[in-house]
Amino acid sequence: MSTPEPPEHENTGSSRRRFLLGGALAGTAGAAALGLGGALTASAEGTRGTPTGHGGHSSAHGGGVTGPTFRTGSTVDHTANGFHPTDVLRDFDYGRTSRMADGRTLREWDIYASDEDIEIAPGVTFPAWTFDSRIPGPTLRCTEGDRLRVRFHNGSAHPHTMHFHGIHPAEMDGVPGAGDGVIEPGGSTVYEFDAEPFGLHLYHCHVGPLAEHIARGMYGTFIVDPKQGRPDADELVMVMHGYNTTFDGEGNQLYAVNGIPFHYMHEPVRVRRGELVRVYLVNALEYDPINSFHLHGNFFDYYPTGTRLEPSEFTDTIVQAQGQRGICEMRFKYPGQFMFHAHKTEFAELGWMGMFEVVE
Amino acid sequence: MTTTSSNLRTWAPAAGVVALIALTLTALAVLGGRTLPDRAGPPIEELAVEQTVLTPGEIELTVRNTGADPVREAQVFVNDAYVDFSGGATAIDRLETSTLRLHYPWHAQQPYAISILTSTGAVLEHEIPAAVATPQPDGGFFGLMTLLGTYVGIIPVVLGMLFLPTLRRIGARGVRVLLAVTVGLLAFLAVDATLDAFELAKESGGAFGGPALVVLGGLLAFLALSAIDHRLSRDRGETGGLRLALLISIGIGLHNLGEGLAIGTAYAVGELALGVTLVVGFAIHNTTEGLAIVSPLTRRRPPLGTLLGLGAIAGAPAILGAVIGGTVSNPELSGFLLGIGVGAIAQVIVQLVPAVRDKAGRLLDPATVGGATAGLLAMYLTGLLVTA
Repeated sequence: MSTPEPPEHENTGSSRRRFLLGGALAGTAGAAALGLGGALTASAEGTRGTPTGHGGHSSAHGGGVTGPTFRTGSTVDHTANGFHPTDVLRDFDYGRTSRMADGRTLREWDIYASDEDIEIAPGVTFPAWTFDSRIPGPTLRCTEGDRLRVRFHNGSAHPHTMHFHGIHPAEMDGVPGAGDGVIEPGGSTVYEFDAEPFGLHLYHCHVGPLAEHIARGMYGTFIVDPKQGRPDADELVMVMHGYNTTFDGEGNQLYAVNGIPFHYMHEPVRVRRGELVRVYLVNALEYDPINSFHLHGNFFDYYPTGTRLEPSEFTDTIVQAQGQRGICEMRFKYPGQFMFHAHKTEFAELGWMGMFEVVE
Repeated sequence: MTTTSSNLRTWAPAAGVVALIALTLTALAVLGGRTLPDRAGPPIEELAVEQTVLTPGEIELTVRNTGADPVREAQVFVNDAYVDFSGGATAIDRLETSTLRLHYPWHAQQPYAISILTSTGAVLEHEIPAAVATPQPDGGFFGLMTLLGTYVGIIPVVLGMLFLPTLRRIGARGVRVLLAVTVGLLAFLAVDATLDAFELAKESGGAFGGPALVVLGGLLAFLALSAIDHRLSRDRGETGGLRLALLISIGIGLHNLGEGLAIGTAYAVGELALGVTLVVGFAIHNTTEGLAIVSPLTRRRPPLGTLLGLGAIAGAPAILGAVIGGTVSNPELSGFLLGIGVGAIAQVIVQLVPAVRDKAGRLLDPATVGGATAGLLAMYLTGLLVTA
């Protein structure tokens, strides 16, 4: 659900409206054939101004029957936004490490909350609340048993906290009334705890109204690697989320992975054929009860929450409720482009859709 | 010279006052604006879709900014799917329009919710209750609209006028009752059209006043017809019957313009149930209008040409209305035109009332009350036969 139902048309005396229900998305072939010419010829690469080498090819999504798209040729200004979804994929922040007296590793981070105007879709500005000026926040990564020390500085005009999923003392929970509680603008605090259990977790702000604080952009991935590690792989982080641009708390107008809707349609995620690909998949979506992930032309092993080393399922579609996450491991057998998207397809058509580009 | 100097004495102070007002307003604009803070709230973004044109694979919207602030249409989604589109690349200022062409494989007879996502993240929605290919304004279309207008306007009115010979035999009292029936007919038409006009005006988003525009149309039409009436009775010495008949024709003509408009609009969006119901329903409904035109003519024998002319004045605007409605589907314009029809009818009622009085000047005796009631009921009941 992206928007509330339009108000039912008032149906009075002199005019009679017919309401015909049914699958509105199935287009007639005739209408499509006539309507597509302009869309296809107008289709353009969406890679201008991107700071990475992941140029990639624009796929065939030119609107009409070839699939949803923003106005063709339009992209957001990643430079002005200060983060790039293609970089977010493989950006793991291990913190500053040092050895403690007991031989354990101490990892320290400084995380800053701030208010940012982010261009979330071409031409659309969203007044976001962020961790480290990006959506999603930085991917914090550590190993089971490490000591973690997160200094949180609130540079936002609003009170915030960092609430980590994991096992930790009550005063480190990052909720109002525990430890330092709510961190007011200009304030800071330290969250310190041991990294456990291993798996794929998340952190987010826990100040009320909670749904809004999260939906404004205050969430990020928290990975605790098992001591023995996981097999070598091309590792990717994908945080699924949405933007309720109208702030009405009823669904979202835009859905995305890693900040910008449709981004990986313009800049496919490049992976190698036959190489193990590990996707850390987190659902941070608000205002919709579930989200899902579906991969084309391939299957993957799924490790719910990443807390076991044995997969629970070999599948091509999984569902995650709010706050759920899991690891997807796959190898691509064939080169070429393979779509991935929410199989709640209305989310897909509102932005949660991308491409893998498998190369030799 | 005396006249000139007295003119000067009158106008010089007036010009001075105008100059003073202009000076004050300029000073206020330059200085006064700064004494007030800016609006505390967010920008007020309002858009109204004035016209929707559906062609295969494309939905074209004419969008007007009806709010206070410029609006930039950033992206568009249809039934929860983002679509490619052209147009609307720059912000629309207040009361300006933009044309968006959405590349979307719409499907006949399906409902569509079109959502325009603005640069601030606001969503402005437009609903298409059931998609129908917009008729192209070609020869066939104009032919069809002419036929529709003839069916619902000219033929019924002329049929109603055939009652004239019968009416001649009913005597003075009978004529008074008949005029009372006409007043009843027209009063119902006025009320019905007013309700329709306000409903349409509400739909429009009201860039140009919405419901106020309906009232404006009504008042302007009333005043214009009053002026025409005055001129007819003064210049051409037209008295009594024919003048009244002409006024009724003009009033009904203006009303039929609005009715044709409603029919044309309903046809364009595929809502009009064509066929026997429409033709026969309107024939019965509008025959009563012809009766109204000839009711003041019982004491004279106007030539056939005059009668046909009166019929054309009353009926032909339905054709024009159908053409306008079928090509320019603009609810606010429709509301305005319906308002004009209402004002015209109100003026005609005012003209008719003196003729309903008996010799003693009484208006509401049992016979005329019965006549007016019959007129109201006739319009109400025959109105049930038509759907547009």
